[in-house]
Amino acid sequence: MNVWKHLRSWEGFLGLVLLLTIAINAFNSDAFLSIDNQINLFSLSIEKVIIALIMAFIIINAEIDLSVASMMGLSACALGWLVDSGVGMPMALALCLIIGMAGGLFNGFWITFMKLPSLVVTLAMLIGFRGLARVLVEDRSIRVFPKWFEDLGQHPILGPFPLAVLIFFLLLLVAVGVLRFTGFGRYVYVIGINQDMARYSGIHVTRVKLILFTASGIISALAGILFAARLGSVRGDMGLGFELDIITMVLLGGVSIFGGSGSIFGVILSILIVLYLRNGMSLSNITGHLQTGVIGMLLIFSAMVPNLKSYWESLQARSS
Amino acid sequence: MNALQGLRPEKLRELVLLLLIVAVLVFFSSMIENYLNARLFNRVSASVALMAVLAIGQTMVVLTRNIDLSVGSIVGFTAYFVGQQLSQNNEMHPVLAIVMAVGVGALMGGINGVLVAYCRIPSIIVTLGTMALYRTLLVEYSDAQTVLTVNLPRWLLNLPSLNVFSIDRLHLRVMVLGMIAVVVLFQILLRYTSFGRKLYAIGSNPEAARMAGFANQRIVLSAFLLCGALAGLTGFMFLARFGNITVVAGIGFELKSVAAVVVGGVNIFGGSGSVVGAFLGAALIDLLENSLIRWLQISEFWRDALLGLLILTSVATDSVIMKRFQGYWARKQAQAVPETQER
Repeated sequence: MNVWKHLRSWEGFLGLVLLLTIAINAFNSDAFLSIDNQINLFSLSIEKVIIALIMAFIIINAEIDLSVASMMGLSACALGWLVDSGVGMPMALALCLIIGMAGGLFNGFWITFMKLPSLVVTLAMLIGFRGLARVLVEDRSIRVFPKWFEDLGQHPILGPFPLAVLIFFLLLLVAVGVLRFTGFGRYVYVIGINQDMARYSGIHVTRVKLILFTASGIISALAGILFAARLGSVRGDMGLGFELDIITMVLLGGVSIFGGSGSIFGVILSILIVLYLRNGMSLSNITGHLQTGVIGMLLIFSAMVPNLKSYWESLQARSS
Repeated sequence: MNALQGLRPEKLRELVLLLLIVAVLVFFSSMIENYLNARLFNRVSASVALMAVLAIGQTMVVLTRNIDLSVGSIVGFTAYFVGQQLSQNNEMHPVLAIVMAVGVGALMGGINGVLVAYCRIPSIIVTLGTMALYRTLLVEYSDAQTVLTVNLPRWLLNLPSLNVFSIDRLHLRVMVLGMIAVVVLFQILLRYTSFGRKLYAIGSNPEAARMAGFANQRIVLSAFLLCGALAGLTGFMFLARFGNITVVAGIGFELKSVAAVVVGGVNIFGGSGSVVGAFLGAALIDLLENSLIRWLQISEFWRDALLGLLILTSVATDSVIMKRFQGYWARKQAQAVPETQER
């Protein structure tokens, strides 16, 4: 009975979809299940996946951060620009993370102290951070990074894993740990369910939100650095439109857009589904745009299933 | 202060926006030589025409506590679809072309509406999905072809420069007049019809609206239909203005329209805002964009960075002023009530 209940939960449904995708993919292409392909498909969108982790926190908190992809672009461009103007690599990396922190704090300031909706603030900064990135590199493409930096982004460092994938696993552990086993994680949920209630019960709502948005800025900046390392060069339009993929991953993972519910486990399942679907479609020669369409359909469909379920249950209740 | 008391918060918001627009005009005319001229009006009005129509559609949806992120893809698809039909069939009647654009847009908006209202999926998820879907539809349908200006009929290419009347070099274009007609029509629809008031009611409190017997689902669907139809109309205007349509047409319009609506004082959580506000928001943003490009001290790359900051500051000032004013308003009301009760 208990197993059945688990299977009927959202994660159970996602797991089923995931198994289905894996089965179809493995059937269609021999290359799919190889370790190389697995790691390859992961590292090709590792930046989005990393940001999806912190995005899950923010959406559970009933806020949203649309500026992540622009922050990614900004930190990558800042790195290129700093190295290009003669700043040493370690210094430049540190500065980029500081830019991420400052950007996140900036978002957090308007959201918590000025009480503006995060949708508005981060929408403005989606334009703003992207603009700053363009200011730094204009319409050039900067390719100045030292060899070791590019190697770090492009070659495996531990066994078959590249650095970015390792960082992802590390962050995943931290995310699961914080969300499930710390007070802070519980605060994130409680604020997402009812912000006023959380405030009255003595939770420091402002501080939690500030921490989340600052973390979002820093992690986006980190993702930008990893992206720059993987591509080996930076351009003003790096990561353009990534925020939508990231939010899709999180919402498909069962995190409610109204906050208060969702789990990292669900997000991981949905990330795997999205990656496997895209990879499988690429292996069977389906173009990128059609892939995006399929993902869009999946998003709508996945949101419809719980409603269909409750509709079905209400029908049953009526007939009995 | 008496004059202020008669103002409703919405009206005040519109006034603040007008003042901001004047402030921007004054600021840039002191920065740029020969700034305030007919060309500025012509250029800004031509681009506001598109964005305002789109923003009004977005307003309908945002008023009901929803959001439509697929409008950019709808604009792109209708622009391409109608453009392609017109290139194949140059004899098509202009009215038919417009009806086709509005119809296709309404159909796409209707799909959003059904999914949101009847399948009860949050609008942000639905329209994120259909944004990708409609764009995919466009890419597949276009087969990597481009609509070219040379294949389009003459009347369409002349449309953007067609004037209703001109004062010296100040032109009032037909498309701008069309936009003004849409603003007036929808302002009336929202202010004076029961449908319009129901949009506000649903946005302020969906539960209460349902209890009061409103057909919430049908009204939300209508809002999405109207939004889609206006996005279709924007697609037609886009086609007329730019002529060459590729698969990337209209990308980013969804965020621009949301920005215009938000700057225009429409509450992102539904229930308050006005069409005139959305129009002024679109006008302010376009004016800033156009002016920043011409500001010689800064490179064009600074434009977006400053634009983001300006959207933020305008919304923040707006919210601070509104809070003060609402507090004042509430105190006035509270004072007024006991006086009448004493007798």
